[in-house]
Amino acid sequence: MDLLSCDVLVVGGGGAGLRAAIAVAETHPKLRVAVISKVYPMRSHTVSAEGGAAAVIKAGDSLDEHAYDTISGGDWLSDQDAVEAFVSEAPEEMLRLEHWGCPWSREPDGHIAVRPFGGMKVQRTWFAADKTGFHMLHTLFQTTLKYEAIERYDEWFVTKLLVEEGHCQGVVAIELATGKIQAITAKAVILCTGGCGKIFPFTTNASIKNGDGMALAYRAGAPLKDMEFVQYHPTGLPFTGILITEAARSEGGWLLNKDGYRYLQDYDLGKPEPKPVLRSMELGPRDRLSQAFVKEQEKGRALEGQYGHYVHLDIRHLREKLIDKKLPFVRELCLKYVGVDPVKEMIPVRPVVHYMMGGVHTEIRGATPLKGLYAAGEAACVSINGANRLGSNSLTEILVFGARAGKAAAAFAAEQRAPSPSLLAQAQDEQSRLEEKFLRKTGGKERIATLRAEMHQIMEESAGIYRTGATLEKAVEKLQSLQERFHGISLDDHTYTFNTELTAALELSYMLDLAQTIVHSALERRESRGSHQRTDYPQRDDERFLGHSLAYRAEDGSPRIEYLPVTITRWPPGQRVYGR
Amino acid sequence: MSAEPHYTLYHPRWYRRRVSVWWWLQNRSYAGFVLREITSVFVAFFAVVYLWQLRALAQGPEAYAHFLARLKTPGFLALNGVAFLFVLFHAVTWFNLAPKAMVVRLSGKRVPDWIIAGLNYVAWLALSGAVAWILLPG
Amino acid sequence: MPSTVALTVARYRPEQESEPTFQTYEVPFRKDWVVLDALNHIKDNLDGSLSFRWSCRMGVCGSCGMKVNGTPKLTCAAFLSDHLPGPVRVEPLDYFPVVRDLVVDLTDFMRKLKKVKPWIIRKEERPLGDGEYRQTPDQLDAYTQFSMCINCMLCYSACPIYGLESSFVGPAVIALAQRYNMDSRDQGAAERLEILSGHDGIWQCTFVGECTKVCPKNVDPAGAIQQYKLTGAVHWFKSLLLPWGTR
Repeated sequence: MDLLSCDVLVVGGGGAGLRAAIAVAETHPKLRVAVISKVYPMRSHTVSAEGGAAAVIKAGDSLDEHAYDTISGGDWLSDQDAVEAFVSEAPEEMLRLEHWGCPWSREPDGHIAVRPFGGMKVQRTWFAADKTGFHMLHTLFQTTLKYEAIERYDEWFVTKLLVEEGHCQGVVAIELATGKIQAITAKAVILCTGGCGKIFPFTTNASIKNGDGMALAYRAGAPLKDMEFVQYHPTGLPFTGILITEAARSEGGWLLNKDGYRYLQDYDLGKPEPKPVLRSMELGPRDRLSQAFVKEQEKGRALEGQYGHYVHLDIRHLREKLIDKKLPFVRELCLKYVGVDPVKEMIPVRPVVHYMMGGVHTEIRGATPLKGLYAAGEAACVSINGANRLGSNSLTEILVFGARAGKAAAAFAAEQRAPSPSLLAQAQDEQSRLEEKFLRKTGGKERIATLRAEMHQIMEESAGIYRTGATLEKAVEKLQSLQERFHGISLDDHTYTFNTELTAALELSYMLDLAQTIVHSALERRESRGSHQRTDYPQRDDERFLGHSLAYRAEDGSPRIEYLPVTITRWPPGQRVYGR
Repeated sequence: MSAEPHYTLYHPRWYRRRVSVWWWLQNRSYAGFVLREITSVFVAFFAVVYLWQLRALAQGPEAYAHFLARLKTPGFLALNGVAFLFVLFHAVTWFNLAPKAMVVRLSGKRVPDWIIAGLNYVAWLALSGAVAWILLPG
Repeated sequence: MPSTVALTVARYRPEQESEPTFQTYEVPFRKDWVVLDALNHIKDNLDGSLSFRWSCRMGVCGSCGMKVNGTPKLTCAAFLSDHLPGPVRVEPLDYFPVVRDLVVDLTDFMRKLKKVKPWIIRKEERPLGDGEYRQTPDQLDAYTQFSMCINCMLCYSACPIYGLESSFVGPAVIALAQRYNMDSRDQGAAERLEILSGHDGIWQCTFVGECTKVCPKNVDPAGAIQQYKLTGAVHWFKSLLLPWGTR
């Protein structure tokens, strides 16, 4: 086994990871920074984001407004000191990205254009047509090529964090092209591995979103915060779950039930107007819109198709010229995947899992409680998104917190000694584990696909938009049994070269751990807040639950839940009001 | 048929396919491309015939008459015919591809491809018409 | 509509064989299944040892490029119903070394991408305090098309020049270089000139045009290359006639 090393190791090559790497290279040019990713960086899921990224730049907007929208959108579970730092650094980060070449859409006079977005009182969402994440990721990736200091380990799959004496000092990873298992030591590690939407069957997420970094941190002893808060995006295509951006609604799209009625008006989200009104109707927060869908479905007013219930997203009144200018990718996706031309027909949509508000617990500079371990982006939970994220905040989050985590990790690493070679022993143990349990093992009765499908089913049933104690208890038991059955898996593929069945098995084991944290946290939180809705506890309970859940891995492998109070600075908890 | 793989642990051999010399027969686009490239041979052929014609002119009426007689032989007529078809193909493919290289922007908007190609065709017809008008009797 | 369809998939297991073979699988036929869904069905239920890349399954990440019935395509955008009757032939992209099954090695592209300096080059950076570079919608239009490249490499697999002469820089890289050359904020066209008009640059291209045909994002790399040939030629004449001028 080779002992590779660097000073700061960034796990994950998406928006947050690349921004963190650039931050290290710029603030501490002498440090060696490496980005390790299980896919080439331009394949990271940041690429699929469509709508936009929020930052205050227009007159008539203010940092306090952005903060208030975010905090109320998060149903007061957001840490307000983190939100204040976030909104104040956002405009500079976004401008820096523009200077790096990001092709933001413009007003006729050449200034950056903004569009309205869900839950925001003022227009502040910067956008690049409707492929904002694509352009941001490619701009960041191409910019990292400028820095000689940034090394890359492309298509290396991390299986374990190396921790010694309470200090995280590197990773063990499989070099996919050869199957060789290697140790990479570092003085600081930043996890930017994204979320874990693939725990659910219908999701906008790509196949690579299995929560790798979250599970690695969890197994290393760091707590996962607010895992019960799973965001359902109100408009995903049925069957594929492909994302139809919120921008379709912010440009003026309507959500209609089977009677052609704009049903959101029945759910305390305002009155229907012909033009979009900010923080009202279709521009309400995502959790409320997804919950409205479930209620419509229960009333029998949703349409029924081959793949379950759905409603209609109508953008025909926006006309072809605007759709081709501002929503061309939406048109392309609808034509291709459902055979519908949104210029002439309505788009079938339903809520699908989209984003994890929860993640590795970090403080506002990106540090986790485990020394030397940092996290940023969807993998982390700072928390600015609280119980529900507003659209277009997460693309900005990856820049702001990617930069913060990069700077903090670099400053930390600059003070550290080189990691000790005794970590090699841990890495060798990990290699033995992978070989015994997976590569050499034969005769198991379970298939990866079967266990994964059962996990999907129980999560969809029990940890969906509405949950109850009974279904969550059932999920706890089922997941425990799936964890046990996981030991009975054996692979078809016992070779070393680019073995994606091995990685699929490891990804499933990460997802099972994370699914447990989700249902345990959801079971413990006996209230309804934001995207966590319990039919047996339908009210928000600030007295007992104005706090973040922290899931620690107990001795027997199951999660142990504790609570951490929310940081309130200037906005005491209030009512979330939309449409009024 | 798998011969002994030259594999040592962690050192897989990548497989590199050799590109066949008949690669261009794979599909219509490739075949069309090669045909287009071959047209240059016939363009050169016409240039050579033209030079031969000039030389014959310079050498006097007898040499010129001999040249014309050669041109009228069935073999030469056939060759000329084939060459003409290839040169036509050359012109058409060239004009159709011209908009790719010539991007013209008027007041910020890109002029559509068919206009650029069309202008080329119009110019070609106009020039051919002018030449015909000058040269042909009556 | 049939209930199943056959997929003939290229296999290559370097630890067990020295040449690729083919294996045929029978998968369920569904009207809204793409080739990628069929491959996943094989991996999940029939043969877990089939390796291939995929991620977003919506045509934006560029991972799943493969040859389907001889044409380079994104398998997440190639519907089974468009390839009936079977068997549907799935092979790795041409002109790249095959690592395993349907996975090819992409390090050549990554290396060439870096050489062409695909980032904003400025003589002087604008301070952040001065705000954004002003760029009108028309200026944005000038390079938007070339910025749509998802790096899927179907164009390389379609380019016979790249197949015959693997030192050729290639369509996507030149399109990305042009994306920056034509960005009104960039001032680095001179720095990219050397590699683009060098021996392995645009002059290797004989305008077969297949790259543009297979591009799933309408980037038109062939157009980018021909346009740059004009620029390159003009620059050459200028340097010939006015050798003392700085660009």
